[in-house]
Amino acid sequence: MSELSDLYQEVILDHNRRPRNFRALPGASHTADGHNPLCGDRLRLYLKVEHGIVCDVAFEGAGCAISKASASMMTDAVKGRTVTEVEALFERFHRMVTTPPDLPVEDMGKLSSLAGVREFPVRVKCASLAWHTLRAAMAQRAVVSTE
Amino acid sequence: MNPGIAAAAFDVQRVRADFPILSRTINGKPLAYLDNAATTQKPRVVLDAITSYYTDINANVHRGVHELSGRATDAYEGARERIRAYFNAASVREIVYTRNATEGINLVAFTFARARLGPGDEVLISAMEHHSNIVPWQLVCEATGARLSVAPIDDQGELILEEFDRRLTPRTRIAAVTHMSNALGTVTPVAQLVRMAHARGVPILIDASQAAYHMRVDVQALDCDFLVATGHKLYGPTGIGVLYGREALLEAMPPFMGGGDMISSVTFERSTWNVLPYKFEAGTPDIAGAIGLHAALDYIESVGFEAIAAHERDLMEHGTAMLQAIDGVRLIGTARNKASILSFVMDDVHPHDIGTIVDREGIAIRTGHHCAQPVMERFNIPATARASLAMYNTREELDALGRALGKVREVFA
Repeated sequence: MSELSDLYQEVILDHNRRPRNFRALPGASHTADGHNPLCGDRLRLYLKVEHGIVCDVAFEGAGCAISKASASMMTDAVKGRTVTEVEALFERFHRMVTTPPDLPVEDMGKLSSLAGVREFPVRVKCASLAWHTLRAAMAQRAVVSTE
Repeated sequence: MNPGIAAAAFDVQRVRADFPILSRTINGKPLAYLDNAATTQKPRVVLDAITSYYTDINANVHRGVHELSGRATDAYEGARERIRAYFNAASVREIVYTRNATEGINLVAFTFARARLGPGDEVLISAMEHHSNIVPWQLVCEATGARLSVAPIDDQGELILEEFDRRLTPRTRIAAVTHMSNALGTVTPVAQLVRMAHARGVPILIDASQAAYHMRVDVQALDCDFLVATGHKLYGPTGIGVLYGREALLEAMPPFMGGGDMISSVTFERSTWNVLPYKFEAGTPDIAGAIGLHAALDYIESVGFEAIAAHERDLMEHGTAMLQAIDGVRLIGTARNKASILSFVMDDVHPHDIGTIVDREGIAIRTGHHCAQPVMERFNIPATARASLAMYNTREELDALGRALGKVREVFA
């Protein structure tokens, strides 16, 4: 049986207690709202993208420890990356949390602490919410800049 | 009558023995099922009745002259009579089978209210309704230009009666109110609400989904015009529900859905409708569901409302005291008249995290907005954790919840 400590790892609890980049971002070039109607998690994500690089990122909202920590870690992970790199990171993260728990997953550094949600299937969407919101935010730009 | 039923003196262990699922374990721990407001577990007599229908008398109803069809029809109509008696309706013509309470509300919204609503007219509900008693009214309001009027609740979660009364205006065409809030546990003074509505000539629908498995609900004593309930919260199967409607009102309403069984004759030029209640029952119904519900209502009454209420009251007192003794726990919904629901928040721990941690201890509670988002907004919280009780719950299960909340505190220290 999976242990609670696999889910609530210290790094997750820390990001829940002290979420990074937890603020509004005036002058954001992209924003999107994420909502998980099942549990009521809500977040608003702000991105400042310049020359294809995520210069700044922030979020606000209310949610469970998993969704809040995931959003916090995500903002740390994508800051300074190119839009293409962020897309690739989304894919890797998505693969990590949706791989069945008995199969090995790629090491994603700090983000790997969220691989524990695989043992708690109903919590996968909590971990994914921020990432899907990120993708929605970037898609607005994609529509505008489609070549 | 059903075997294996608890004796006159209430014995919770005997009741528990009637519910097969209660003996299973979850995550290696005995199941403590405290999510009854979402759905109740089913006693063996219900499961047996359904199996017996399919193994012994399965056939379609109201058609065919063969033996099985007759027996299936008898069982199906026998269940209707059982439901009539349970809610003390005057006639089986007033008992319409639906899939659930939601379908009953939609039926009334679309076949009764819609024709009476025009621009500027009003539908009155309360601020503690769950989504199924909000959204159908929004749909008919949108279709007709009518307005949804909402009577507010106070900080305890009680309906403010003067405000309800004030919102019964000359433009109010129907009122629809819950008998008991699924998110707060508040029991509303329904008989009084019916009197207030009738004093202004306003017909009223009562949503008894939550109330009907805790207390006697008597449509004649309440004098309501419509009442809905759902089988799966009455210890019965999913997929079967009940709409009670005053006969004269149902008689005047057009059908909701068209199809077989609801007609008296069909030609390509014109069809005529069957008599009540069949006019509202298009297509092959949930026969097994009706038969299962019959067994469930027998079971509830054999245990007895008095015994159930006394036991659940004891659990509520125990659970309320237990939760209040935990630092940082705040009860949401503290109405004077309250039943079987303990909704709470805990410091800044999100209810979803509470739900996962207590689940590891085998305890099933609901976490979230309980399909009542406006109630959450009223209390300015995103969600609550909710333990909801039924006749088979025990003090020990509530104590286990208390210990599990201690673990929540440890994790989020």
